[in-house]
Amino acid sequence: MTEKRIRVLIAKPGLDGHDVGAKVVARALMDAGFEVIYTGLKQSAEEIARAAGQEDVDVIGLSVLSGSHLPLCRTLKGKLEEQELGDKLWIVGGNIPRRDHDELKKLGVAAVFATGTTTETIVSFVRENVV
Amino acid sequence: MKFENESGIEIKSVYTPEDVTATGGDDGIGRPGQFPFTRGIHEQMYRKRPWTMRQYAGFGTPEETNERFHYLIDNGQTGLNVAFDLPTQMGLSSDDPMAEGEVGRVGMAVDTLEDFEIAFAGIDLDEITVSLTINGAAVTLIAMYFAMAEKRGYDLSKLRGTAQNDILKEFVGRGTWVFPVEPSIKLVGDTIIYCAENVPKYSPVSVCGYHIRESGASPAQEMAYAFLIAKAYIDHVLARGMSVDDFASRLSFNFDIYGNLFEQVAKFRAGRRLWAKIINDDYHAENPRSAWMRMIAGGGGGGLTIEQPENNIVRGAYYALISALSGTQTMALCSYDEAYTIPSEKAARVSLRTMQILIEEMGLCDTVDPLGGSYYVESLTNQMEEKIRAVMKDVDRGGGIVKSISEGYIQAAVSRQAYENVRKIERGEIRKVGVNCFQVEEETPDVEFHPFRDEDRDKQVRRLERVRSERDGTRAERALGKLLDTAKAGDNVMPAVIEAVKSYATVGEITSCLVEVYGRYKEPIRF
Repeated sequence: MTEKRIRVLIAKPGLDGHDVGAKVVARALMDAGFEVIYTGLKQSAEEIARAAGQEDVDVIGLSVLSGSHLPLCRTLKGKLEEQELGDKLWIVGGNIPRRDHDELKKLGVAAVFATGTTTETIVSFVRENVV
Repeated sequence: MKFENESGIEIKSVYTPEDVTATGGDDGIGRPGQFPFTRGIHEQMYRKRPWTMRQYAGFGTPEETNERFHYLIDNGQTGLNVAFDLPTQMGLSSDDPMAEGEVGRVGMAVDTLEDFEIAFAGIDLDEITVSLTINGAAVTLIAMYFAMAEKRGYDLSKLRGTAQNDILKEFVGRGTWVFPVEPSIKLVGDTIIYCAENVPKYSPVSVCGYHIRESGASPAQEMAYAFLIAKAYIDHVLARGMSVDDFASRLSFNFDIYGNLFEQVAKFRAGRRLWAKIINDDYHAENPRSAWMRMIAGGGGGGLTIEQPENNIVRGAYYALISALSGTQTMALCSYDEAYTIPSEKAARVSLRTMQILIEEMGLCDTVDPLGGSYYVESLTNQMEEKIRAVMKDVDRGGGIVKSISEGYIQAAVSRQAYENVRKIERGEIRKVGVNCFQVEEETPDVEFHPFRDEDRDKQVRRLERVRSERDGTRAERALGKLLDTAKAGDNVMPAVIEAVKSYATVGEITSCLVEVYGRYKEPIRF
């Protein structure tokens, strides 16, 4: 019996150069048996949406530490809809204040994993929420 | 139970003179101010002058940043350490589409020379030395600093200051690269040569182990990679016809400090000794100052936690103690809110007071290298020196540091370690107070960013538009044309960049010129 492996895109939008967390999460997801595509730094919303479409991923994970998560996610939402990727499981991690979590969820983000979240929490969430 | 430090050295229950002998003896201890400088680069160290206190600061517009600078100086700070926003660090102007949402957010926005004139107004550049935390766009921002100083009547031949300008580490951690690896090294070489010939007291490069350690390196790897990177710059400049004594004394280092106290102190003492030997043995320097490992240390963001953030004040105090016990030249102490933001005014003041308490109340300046002669510290210093050497040898065997970074191997090695460290913290194998032990029920306070204001961005963009329309357009155009030609010819670009900033060319215009010639870096994805 073979099951299709869950495919995850981990992306670094904008100009933020902090990639330790993104790479840690990418590796944790790989260790959990998922296929992971990491974009590298400084991706525009357009590039992220294109990569998500081309790689046919189930999950889009964004990592933002600079504080620009709201404008970046607003732009990305539009690009994902243009590419008809609005139904993908979208998660955001990094340095994200609690007061912004609701706003992000309104944009379509399924879960926000702020600094301090364990890798197990992220792995379980992905496993349980990919349909 | 086995005791082992992060660099993989086993720690014994007690140390005796035999341990010092067994690890290489005490010949290398020497005296402060004398080769190989294990105990410090100066004979009198802090008795003559305490370390420079240089807290990281900068946000929003140049006006706001100028206010913060004056606040810090009024509170006893003795140097400035300038934070730039991400567009500036990437060489973009504030009206670039990629700058959206980022103008003034994690540092000060800079577009033209006018911004520097505002930011440093009323600050005596002889009295207060300025450090620019800039890498990918370093040539432009260093040029602005020189142009601003010259305009205010300072003599460049006497001007002091520092630029971070260590691009190779940006490819490993921090990520504010613009150009591919080879032209990036060439630009660092341009600044070193220009300074050696025209601004000889300026420190054009501060080689950073710091960010490599923050990306997952062990303390021994941190030092080894930094030394290899420094050697890559030295080799490049030597190949362009300079001699080592023309510039080596103006190179400095920026190191991380979190971790085991004794391992850190030994790391710095061993590093100082090893760097002196490298400069003497590999490069045959004649000026003793060429062999000085001058450093800034006091940051350790990776050691701080978002949980129970007040504990970070205590961690910061220990970091400052380590730095003082290690003979640092400058401290930029990480503030308690550094786990999530650029320092607030209050956090910056607490850090400043932490250092002032060490100087005024704790006797840290009374004698030089107070831990010197401890059997433990001397044994560990010997062992750390060997560890650092071993890492350097490994990288050299693998084709050298430039190749290892270009192909992403160093990045892969440190990011794997970062992951292993996270897993060890999650499993409780590495203890982290407030994170996996001694947690409290109370909710972690919410992240407080420096407030981002659209008005700041609008104000900055309006000024940029005004400067662009008021400047002598022909002069700016000519200067940019000359820069393009100089870059194409492979000559030192610094004089042309200085002329361009003097003509009020923008950060974005200058970067575009250089991108046209050098292209852009493409990141190898390895982790």
